[in-house]
Amino acid sequence: MNVTQNTEAQRMSFWEKLYLPAIVQGLGVTLRQMFRPKFTRQYPEERWEPLGSYRGSPVLVLDEDGERCVACGLCSRVCPALAIEVQAAETEREKERYPVKFEINMLRCIYCGYCEEVCPEEAIVMSKDYELVFEDRESAILGKEQLLVPIEKLQDRLEFLRRYK
Amino acid sequence: MPELLVQFVIAGVKAFIVVNTVLLAAATLVYVERRVAAWIQDRIGPNRVGPFGLLQPFADVLKLYFKEDLVPALADRAYHRLAPLISIAVALSLYAVIPIADYVVIGGERIPLSVAPGINVGVLYILAMTSIGVYGIVLAGWASNNKYSLLGGLRSSAQMISYELALGLSIVGVVMVAGTLDIAEIIARQKHVWNIVYQPLGFLLFLVASFAETNRAPFDLPEAEPELVGGYHTEYSSMKFGLFFLAEYSNMVVASLMMATLFLGGWHVPFVPELPQWLGLQEGSIGLALFQAAVTVAKTAALLFLFIWVRWTVPRFRYDQLMRLGWRVLLPFALLNIVVTGTVLLALELV
Repeated sequence: MNVTQNTEAQRMSFWEKLYLPAIVQGLGVTLRQMFRPKFTRQYPEERWEPLGSYRGSPVLVLDEDGERCVACGLCSRVCPALAIEVQAAETEREKERYPVKFEINMLRCIYCGYCEEVCPEEAIVMSKDYELVFEDRESAILGKEQLLVPIEKLQDRLEFLRRYK
Repeated sequence: MPELLVQFVIAGVKAFIVVNTVLLAAATLVYVERRVAAWIQDRIGPNRVGPFGLLQPFADVLKLYFKEDLVPALADRAYHRLAPLISIAVALSLYAVIPIADYVVIGGERIPLSVAPGINVGVLYILAMTSIGVYGIVLAGWASNNKYSLLGGLRSSAQMISYELALGLSIVGVVMVAGTLDIAEIIARQKHVWNIVYQPLGFLLFLVASFAETNRAPFDLPEAEPELVGGYHTEYSSMKFGLFFLAEYSNMVVASLMMATLFLGGWHVPFVPELPQWLGLQEGSIGLALFQAAVTVAKTAALLFLFIWVRWTVPRFRYDQLMRLGWRVLLPFALLNIVVTGTVLLALELV
C-alpha cells in the first residue's frame, strides 16, 4: 500500500525541496576532501615492514650449528592444508636426525602458523615475507635451500614467540 | 588563388586545429576526471605513466586500440558500426559555430576564430545537432541486440529529449537579451555585463539541463552500472567504445564552452574587460586572439571541473525523479524565465 500522508516529501521545507543548498553543502564536503592527506602507500617504492606478529610464509631457521629441524614431522602432521612434506634421515651430529627433504607447497599453505606452534625445536617460523609470486606451479613448491633463512633475519618473530607463545 | 579556395583552406586549417584540440582535451579530461575522483575519495589516482601520470590517457587509448573489436552474433552490423560514428561526428561538429576568440588579421584577411563564422543561427544549430546525437545512442542500444543496451539507449533518448526542451528554453532568455542567435555577437554584447547577471535562473536551468544532456552524474541513468551493466555501450569494445567515450567527454566540453560563451562572457575578462587593451594587445593581433582563447579556455576548464566535482558528490537520480525534475520543475521554470525576461524587456523599452 502506498503511503500518501506525512511522507518525507511533505515534511520537507521549501529550501529542502529545492535540493540546491544541500547540493552546495555536499560540494563543500567533497572539496575539503580533495585536500586531505592521502593514505595510499606507493607500493613498490614504499614497502610495508610487518611487525613480529605477522604471519608471512613459513621458513626454516638456520642458526650457527646449521639447520634446527630434527625432522620429527609434527609440522607436516598438523598442517591442515597438507602443504608440508618431510623425509627424515640419520646424521652423525648431536641431534641424530635431519630432514633429507623438506618441502612446503606455497599453493597449499594457508599461513595458519600451526607448524610453527607445534614445532618442539623452534625450527620452523613464520617470516615477514608477503611478496609470494611464482611463475608456475612447480616453482611454488619450495625446497630446503629456499626455506632455510639465517636466524638473524628472524629475530622479530622469535622475540614475539618467546613473549607470547 | 580563387577566393573560395582561400576560404576553404582557412576553414580546413581551423577545423583541423579545433578537432585535434578537442580530441586531446577529451583525453586529458579523462585523466583529470580520474585524478579528481581519486582526490575526493582520499586516493591518489593514476600517477605512474609519465610525469604525474599525464601520459595515462595515451596509454588508455593505446590499450583500446589493441583490444579485440567484438560485435554480438545477432547484432545489426551496419547500425552497430554506424552508431559510434554518429555520436562522435555530432560531438565534433558542434564546435564549428563556437568562437574561441574574436578574430585575427593575417595578410589583410580578417579571420574570425570559429570554424564556421557568421552563422546567424549558431545557437539553433547547436540545439539541432545535439538532438541528432540521440540517434547514435538509440542506434547503439538497438543494434546491439541486448536488452540492457536497449534499455540504456531508451533511457538515454527519453532523457535527452526531455531535457533538450529545458535546455533550449533556457537559452531563449539569453537570445532575447542579446537580440541575436549569432554566438560571436552574443559574446560581443557581454563585454561589460555578463548574461549570467541578467539570466541567473536561465544559467542554473542550462547548467542542470546540460548535466542531463551530457548523461553525466547525477543524471547518468543510461549507464547506471548496477542496473544496466554499461548501458547503451555494453556491447561495444575496442575503439568503437572509445569513440562513445570520446563523444561523451567531447559533449561535456561543448556544454561547458556553451555556458562560458552564452552566460559567462566568452573571452571577456571578468571585472576588467579593458585588460587586453591595457596590456597593449592590438585589436586583430595574434597576441590578443591567444589572450582571448586563454580566457575562454580558463572559463571552460573551470566549468569542466564543476562537472567532475558534481559527479563525485551527488548520487544518481531515480528514473521517475529524473523525469519529474525535467518536466515538472525545469520546464515550467524555463517558461517562467522567458515570460519574466520578456516582460522586463518590454517594460524597459516602454519606460
